[in-house]
This record gives sequence, structure tokens and C-alpha cells, in this order.
Amino acid sequence: MWARNGVGLAVLMALASAGSINASLGSASGVAQSPRFGVGRAPTADEIRDLGSAIAPDGTGLPAGSGNVSQGRAVFAAHCARCHGRQGEGEIGARLVGGQGSLRSPRPLKTVGSFWPYATTLWDYVNRAMPFDKPGALQPDEVYAVSAFILNLNGIIGDDQVLNAVTLPKVQMPNRDGFVPDARPDVNGLKPRPQPTPVR
Amino acid sequence: MGHRHASRRQILRWSMAAGAGVLAAGETDAAASARTLGAPLGPYGERSPFEKGIRFTRESRTPETGSSFTPIQESLGTITPSALHYERHHGGIPSIDPSVHRLVIHGMVERPLSLSMADIRRLPSVTRTLVLECGGNSAGEWAAPGPDVQRTYGMVSGSEWTGVSLARLLEEAGVRPGASWVIAEGADACRMMRSIPLGKARQDSLLAYGQNGEAMRPAQGYPLRLINPGWEGNANVKWLQSLRLTDQPYMARDETSKYSDLMPDGKTRIFTFEMEAKSVITFPSGGQMLPGPGLYELTGLAWSGQGLVDRVEVTVNGGETWQRALLQEPRLPIALTRFRLPWRFDGREAVIASRCVDETGYVQPTREALIAARGTNSIYHYNGIKFWRVRGDGTVVHVGA
Ligand code: HEC
Repeated sequence: MWARNGVGLAVLMALASAGSINASLGSASGVAQSPRFGVGRAPTADEIRDLGSAIAPDGTGLPAGSGNVSQGRAVFAAHCARCHGRQGEGEIGARLVGGQGSLRSPRPLKTVGSFWPYATTLWDYVNRAMPFDKPGALQPDEVYAVSAFILNLNGIIGDDQVLNAVTLPKVQMPNRDGFVPDARPDVNGLKPRPQPTPVR
Repeated sequence: MGHRHASRRQILRWSMAAGAGVLAAGETDAAASARTLGAPLGPYGERSPFEKGIRFTRESRTPETGSSFTPIQESLGTITPSALHYERHHGGIPSIDPSVHRLVIHGMVERPLSLSMADIRRLPSVTRTLVLECGGNSAGEWAAPGPDVQRTYGMVSGSEWTGVSLARLLEEAGVRPGASWVIAEGADACRMMRSIPLGKARQDSLLAYGQNGEAMRPAQGYPLRLINPGWEGNANVKWLQSLRLTDQPYMARDETSKYSDLMPDGKTRIFTFEMEAKSVITFPSGGQMLPGPGLYELTGLAWSGQGLVDRVEVTVNGGETWQRALLQEPRLPIALTRFRLPWRFDGREAVIASRCVDETGYVQPTREALIAARGTNSIYHYNGIKFWRVRGDGTVVHVGA
């Protein structure tokens, strides 16, 4: 029942890490006992950094470096504005500002500011995928800075805030508690079925 | 036109109905080919130049992030030709040399691994026929039912995938206690990233390199793709280059900002991986035309991310009564299933639709039921019943037109 009442992500993630999914599904039968083939080799540090650069919501994986709002304004003007508009109002690329308070309305506006639950996601996504036509072009300092600028545009952090590996995960996003587990099936009066999701 | 599914006899009958001239021309051509030496053998086949079915690609100001739709109104059987598989990309289609591609498995594992494609291919292989559907397939139906089956239900395709069991590979790396998620990352320009529960990875996920009897197409993830049977397309990360075992989901942009389902109360369902039971009539469907009254075979596709299609029910009277369609055997779990029903069109308007019931007892809902449960702003995971109106003159339009 709790799953239907909008429990915060912290609970969701805690449950998952307690191994509830493993317990509910177990491992594929037979595989656990099969002999190892011993394929592959140990990855190099470079390989892990280049191929698997994901950043966790608790900040795990964030590199050294920092950036502030005014530095970010310059980065945004140089690398982002041509697609997202000068103030992040959206153009070829998505709108990046506004929409807070609109999610319950008939015309919700989902942006980094109104919708995204974690600031680490912004850092991770800009680092991995933006600028759209030149991904990977920004240095960590620039990613911190441009993240600060976008969060500041949304009124989430102040003008003087500096973002780094310590401060970024602490940013409180307005929609942090807005995410709930899957509640399907939700039609035809069917009962929830066991699902290989982390939340049942 | 939706004639390709029809038997040769039916086509002949239709041709005769359309006028004897058509038939005469056809016979002349057929005879001519038998008196002319054919083309020599070629190294890699192409379809007949008379076959014109193509994907519909939605216009995009950044064509590297876009969608294309399989012409399911032309589909035969249950396998989608690799060349017509729907596509959804967020950073274009990378060109990857398999001899340099590597997959790293790291994080909470005993033995972090860096694997070449040759390493992966050395492991025991598994082959499964599966449906793959974009989480955003039919998204337009929330606002208003759309005109034809390709553009409304065409982000679904069926393939035979070959690869290795992810459970097997995780055994090679040795998952450390406490790990509960696998973070998958791709090698495309957006380095697509999704968090996958470890339970799924151990249950039935594949790392595929083959599709329909050959190496998978670049647009489908060549040389390596994570396949999560029954889950939304986006969670089947293409061009896979990293699997990191963790104790938390990473809240990637494409599982928070996108591929999550906003409800009317302002809350958003996250990790809505599963694609629920769905079906649609592909003939007759919007934009097609019945040449006249007579006996037809009504047909379409059904599938469920939950397993087998148990039955498909069809109405030809706007939902007043439903009858069971024939299902093509063998049915496979989480795979496209073709249904058929003979139907006599008497020249009077008929409203037709199909609904799928899967082995869990889940019944494909109406659009109204979905909207009552989720409003109209959740974008993803639309699986409502699709109604077509066959007009008295044989033209077919969508209900709502
Ligand atoms: C060439 C045009 C272009 C440039 C330059 C560009 N973007 Fe984007 N951006 C896009 C497109 C297109 C998307 C949507 C990608 C997709 O479909 O997945 C996007 C998506 C985004 C999103 C996700 C929006 C959401 O709500 O999901 C963010 C955040 C973003 N860009 C930030 C940036 C930043 C910061 C920069 C500069 C460093 C930048 N972009 C530069 C085109 C661009």
C-alpha cells in the first residue's frame, strides 16, 4: 500500500539496496553453479573513466573541480544558448527553466527546475550528452559552472553559490519528492502483480 | 494499401473486381519474365523493387534525436525485417568497429572485467524471439486518436535476438553482496544511460549481438545491446559499453526527465519499465481501402511484456460484442503474436477493434479507462484499444476522425 502513496525516493532506493529485488527474483537457475569461462581482462582506469562515467545521486563519481553562476553564464552563452535560448527559454533544444508549480495543471511544464529530482542528474547529463553536437567538449569546471547557471536561472541556488563535488549533491531540487513507484496495473481492477521492479 | 497480407487468390479476386484490364496486364508481365533471362546472383539480398513499405520518420530539427515507425500495416507474420525495425535515438547512430569495442563490467563486482566482442562471443549463446516497443509508442493517442496504424502504433517491432545471458556474464564478474542495480551506458553521442534492477539482469536480460540471423544493425545497437525482455525500448541500451554494479539507481536523465509517467496529482511514476498487453488491427486500418463488399481476413498484432498472449478478442460492431480471433502458433512469450479473423464486409459502416488478454489475465484497456487512471499527461506506456471505422464505401479511418 505504501507504494501507492508517494513514498520518497530515499525509501525506494533503500529498499532496493536492501536487496528486495534480488530476493523476489533470485538468480537465474543453474547459472550460479556453472564454470567460469575466464574471458576478458581487468579494465584499465582509463577504460572505466571513459566508458562508464555515471554519477550517482549521492555524488559518487563526481570529479574534482568547481564553478559558479557567473562563470556558468559565459559557458552557457558560448556553448548552449544557440540551441536552448539565451536564458534557457528553449529553442531547438528543450526549455531549461520555469514550470515550478505546474505539474498538477492541465499543461504541465517539465524542466530541470520544475521536474528533475537531483542536481547530480543535470551534471551527469550535461557532461555526457551536451552540447548536443559536441558532447564531451566541456571540462569538469565548465560543467559545474553551467549547472550552477541553470539552477540559478530556476531560482534553486543563489547568485554566489559555488558548485563542486560536495555542494552539488546537496542542492535541494523542488521536485525531489515528486517521484513514486510504478503502480500498474492500474486499470480493469486488477491487483498489483509481482514485478521485477525495485518497488513492490 | 494493405493488400500484402492477402493471399494470391484474394488479390486475383480483387483485381478482377477492379476490372479485367488489371489482370490481363499482370498475366502479360508474368509470361514475359519466363521468357527473359533473370538477374545474376548477388552477394547481399534486396527486396523486390515492387515492395515499397518504408518507415515513417517524424520530422525533427535535430534529426539525430528522433523516431521512426515500422510499417506494421504491411507486416507479414511476426518478425520485423531488420531494415524496417522502428528506431528511437537520442544522439544519432554511431559507427562502431567491433574489433575495438569494449564492454567494462565494474563497480560492486569481485573481478572487474573489460571484454572484447570476441570475448563475449566466446560465451554460450542464447536466442530469443521478442517484441520491442518504445515506451513512447502511441503517445499521441493520449491527446487524440491518430489516423493510421504506422504512425500511432508503429514503434513496435519483433526480432530474433542472439547474445549471451547477462546472468552468465555477471557470474564471470562475481557480483558483490549488497549490489542491487546495474547502471548501463551506451557508446552513442548521448551515452544513453539507464539504471536496471539487478533482479531483472539476473532473471532474463541478454547482451545481444545478433538480430534475425545476422549481426544486429547499427541503428539497433551494433555491436552490442542490452535486451531486457518486455521492458520499454529505452531500457534496452544500445551500443552497450559499460555495466556498473551499484547499490542505488543513478537517476539518469532518461529515467527521470524522460520515460517517467506524470500523473494528474503531480506525482510521477518512475522505473515504469514494463510494457503491458496491447494489440491493434493492421488490416483493415486507417488509410486503407476495401475494394468492395465481400469476405476479408481481418488481421493484426498483439503482444505483452508480461508473457504469452492468451487471447485476442475482436469487435466488428463498435465494442457491443467481441469474438475470439485465431492466434498464429507457435505463440512465444513477450513476442509479437499475429491474430486473424474472417470477416464479411457487407458495405455498411463497421467500427472494428481488437483487445489483447495476456497470460496474467491483464485485459488491454480502453483509452477512456487509461485516461481515467492516468490523465493525459503521462506520455509513455499507452496501450489502449484502437478503433477503426470502415465506411460503407470501403475507406478506413480512425475513430475520432
Ligand atoms: C546543437 C543544439 C544543442 C546545444 C548546442 C546544446 N543542446 Fe542541450 N539539448 C539539445 C537537444 C536536441 C536536446 C534533447 C536531446 C534528446 O532528445 O534526448 C537537449 C537536451 C538538453 C537537456 C535536457 C532537457 C530535459 O528536460 O530533459 C539539458 C539539461 C541540456 N540540453 C543542457 C544543455 C547545456 C548545458 C548545453 C551547453 C553546454 C547544451 N544543452 C547545448 C540541443 C542542444
